[in-house]
Amino acid sequence: MSVASVLWLAFAVFSVGLFGLLARRHAIAALLSIELMFNAVNLAIVGLSWSRGILSGVVLVLFAIAITVAEIAVGLSLVLLAARRAKTVVLDDLSELRG
Amino acid sequence: MTAAFWVLGGPAAAFAAIALVPPLRRSGRAAAYLAVAGSVVSLGAALALAAPFFLGTGVPSAVTALWAPVAGGGAIRFGLLVDGLSASMAALVALVALLVQVYSLAYMDQESKPALGRYFAYHALFAFAMQGLVLAHNLLQTYVFWELVGLGSYLLIGFYWEKPEAGRAALKAFWTTRIGDVGFALGLLVLWGATGTFVFTELFAGTADGTYAVAPIVLGLAGIYVGAMGKSAQVPLHVWLPDAMEGPTPVSALIHAATMVAAGVYLMVRVSPLLAYAPGLCAAILAIGVTTALLAGSLAIVERDLKRVLAYSTVSQLGMMMAAIGAGAPQAAYFHLLTHAFFKALLFLTAGSILHAVHTGDLFGMGRLARRMPVTAACFAAGALALAGVAPTAGFFSKDEILGAVLLGGHPIAFGLLVVNAALTAFYIGRAFFLAMGGAFGPAGHPHESPWLMTAPMIVLAAGALLGGALTPAVPRLLAASISPPVAEAGKPPMLVAALGTLAALAGFSAAWMGYQRRSFVPARVHAALGPLTTILARRYFVDDAFVFVYRRLYLGGSAAVGWFDRYVLDGAVNALAWWTWLFAGRLRRLQNGRVQDALYALVAGVILLAWLALSR
Repeated sequence: MSVASVLWLAFAVFSVGLFGLLARRHAIAALLSIELMFNAVNLAIVGLSWSRGILSGVVLVLFAIAITVAEIAVGLSLVLLAARRAKTVVLDDLSELRG
Repeated sequence: MTAAFWVLGGPAAAFAAIALVPPLRRSGRAAAYLAVAGSVVSLGAALALAAPFFLGTGVPSAVTALWAPVAGGGAIRFGLLVDGLSASMAALVALVALLVQVYSLAYMDQESKPALGRYFAYHALFAFAMQGLVLAHNLLQTYVFWELVGLGSYLLIGFYWEKPEAGRAALKAFWTTRIGDVGFALGLLVLWGATGTFVFTELFAGTADGTYAVAPIVLGLAGIYVGAMGKSAQVPLHVWLPDAMEGPTPVSALIHAATMVAAGVYLMVRVSPLLAYAPGLCAAILAIGVTTALLAGSLAIVERDLKRVLAYSTVSQLGMMMAAIGAGAPQAAYFHLLTHAFFKALLFLTAGSILHAVHTGDLFGMGRLARRMPVTAACFAAGALALAGVAPTAGFFSKDEILGAVLLGGHPIAFGLLVVNAALTAFYIGRAFFLAMGGAFGPAGHPHESPWLMTAPMIVLAAGALLGGALTPAVPRLLAASISPPVAEAGKPPMLVAALGTLAALAGFSAAWMGYQRRSFVPARVHAALGPLTTILARRYFVDDAFVFVYRRLYLGGSAAVGWFDRYVLDGAVNALAWWTWLFAGRLRRLQNGRVQDALYALVAGVILLAWLALSR
């Protein structure tokens, strides 16, 4: 398995995530898509560090996963708050920042 | 030389004190006495200045102080020039101003105290401005005081500001003279550009020895003449003077005799050494002067209002003075300016005395006043004889000089017209005299002689009007001791001139006597018989109408066209631009819809673009 195929896989996952973020209107779906893109990046880092024999990249990804968990917790609580206050989790309806 | 400062300083100090100390101004009489005191100081100083020149021992001198440095070296200096011309003129101005102020003490008796204070403050300002103009040693200083004189006349003509006509007349005087002043200012700029100096003596010397090109000098001189046209009421800028009768009568005496209208003639006499280089301009001055004289003279014949008759006679006499300047005889013009100051101030003061008694300016509302007001009548008669130029009054000598100068200058047509004007002059002043003093009908009420404060100045002026002919030999001497020397005369004018002038005066007087005293003919029938001519006279030769036409039709019409262009073309273009901006902005703002994902699209598109740019290198 070459680095290139890993990177292609990461690219594919990232693209799926990006598509999901752009196309889906549900806040949780958007969060999930962001996770996909995030993990695609993680995958690319792991693949690159593995191919070069540098383990610090893998360690970085482990930390990143840990931080992602916290980030998802914050994101989901924001969605919960939005659902409670605005009675919706559809992104198009959450547009108070438009001014 | 300090006397020269006091000529200016007297009225200036009086004005400053009255203007800056409100209790003094509101006190009325105290302000009046202060102004009179200022004039006494001014007159004393001016007489001290002028005495040596009258005796023939004076030499021109000037004191100057730095006024404004000029880039590239040189400087504009503020100076008082004392020579035969300015000293004698200053004495005349101070004398007339003093007499008019003394007269005003009684004439303006009915005014409220603050109004009286205001009146005398204006008087002092006016006298100060005129003295500054007379004693100016350069053209820029002349211009500054020239404008101050215009301001003073504006304030005094509009003294009865409660009356709308007075306000309008003041504005008319200001704006009409302003037209001329623009010419003056342009002339000054041309002269400065060509010579780099405003000083009279330097201009004269530089032009005489060929340092300066003649063409710009002539152009600048023409501008100065346009200024003089406005101040000295030459056609077509004469329209303000009859309207200026809305001011108090003593003010008219001051304006017509010594200050405002005299300024133009005085300035032309002052710059007369330059006129020798401008024969074309001289011809124009002569033509306009003669036109002015005849036009105003004929208008005075049909005027019903005493003061307006006198106003037109002033315009007419100013025309004669300017004609003399155009004919190359500034000394004759200056002589007539001096004598005219006496008899015209006198006539206006008598008119004020009559108005004081009968409370109307309408000639046909007067009559038989000679018995009630003997002093006024005698003074009126003296002024009328002098104005008509009957020997041996002052007017005879000066008018004779002008007629002779015009004839010897080689202008027989102008000479003939001026003789006709002399007859007109005698006729209209005779008409005014017989209507006011003689006749069969008296006015209602009991007119009485004026108080001595009013008659005394009239008597002094009457003496001047009757005996001013004694100045005949002094005038060339005065001018010879000035920086504006008299022009050598071509010879002695023939006796015919004096004879014709006297005959014209007698003819005018007898016509007036027959029409308005003996009633040998009915003037109204003559009016009717003349038909269209009467209309032309009644409409004042349509000069006012021409101004109205120029203003209403040409100026306002042009302004309306420019306004339309501005409103619909220029503003339209700007508005169209704004509208298009608004339209496109409306389209563009749809991008800012607040949807997170639309922003993300833009973000992704931007990243892709950047990546493509980076990779395509």
